[in-house]
Amino acid sequence: MSKKVAVYRKEHFNAAHRLHNPEWTEEVNNKVFGKCNNPNYHGHNYELEVKLVGEPDARTGYVMDMKELSNIIKENVLDKFDHKNLNLDTMEFKDLNPTAENIVVVIYDLLRAKIDVKFELQVRLYETPRNFVEYPV
Amino acid sequence: MVYLTRLEHFNAAHKLYNPNWNKEKNDEMFGACANENWHGHNFDLFVTIKGEPDADTGFLMDVKKLKLIIKEHVIAKVDHKNLNLDVEFLKGKMCSTENLAIGIWNELIPHLPKNVQLHCIKLYETPRIYVEYFGD
Repeated sequence: MSKKVAVYRKEHFNAAHRLHNPEWTEEVNNKVFGKCNNPNYHGHNYELEVKLVGEPDARTGYVMDMKELSNIIKENVLDKFDHKNLNLDTMEFKDLNPTAENIVVVIYDLLRAKIDVKFELQVRLYETPRNFVEYPV
Repeated sequence: MVYLTRLEHFNAAHKLYNPNWNKEKNDEMFGACANENWHGHNFDLFVTIKGEPDADTGFLMDVKKLKLIIKEHVIAKVDHKNLNLDVEFLKGKMCSTENLAIGIWNELIPHLPKNVQLHCIKLYETPRIYVEYFGD
């Protein structure tokens, strides 16, 4: 029987953003994105949940040292996005609309590159306490 | 005396930056919050009023009316906005959570019915940071 255990680490960051498609007119942007298209930006407290699945190591009893996971998230995600303007201050969203959906995929890719492939990885991102996304599904 | 609280929420961009200081001093005082390109928050707003319940209705105030007053005079002005650039009642002020709470108090006061008093504006900037303003 599998001894796989899921471990979770919660982190948070806050950022400004704007939803806008530069290929559309202002009118279409306003129709599709409404007040999220405010040219002066708005912002959120993002809550991030990172899930890893693996078997606890026989010697440590850990799936992964949570301090190590925390450091990976901090260095690869929080340092990039916390207290930033996602549209203006990040390479990742220079040409990508920073919707919660796109942000969660970007965060997954950033973390996947740093976390051993023996672990399953899933990321959940809360844009508000009521709106959240998950990747992969 | 009964206290009644209505919870609303909004999100907004802002930065903490004193235009009378140079960039170094702003960075030293406000750190990441001074980012010139803004950052943002989900704000939770608790509006508490106090008074005596009406004998006929049992209500301190119709909460539906309180909700509409908060929506019209506060939420419509700040939700999905840039607090520094878009909000008239914060013009010329530092956009700290403290000043935002005081500003919200001042926006609401003229619109509340005579029989209730505004008791407290409690404003969460993050789930871990909040301020309270009691009008004094």
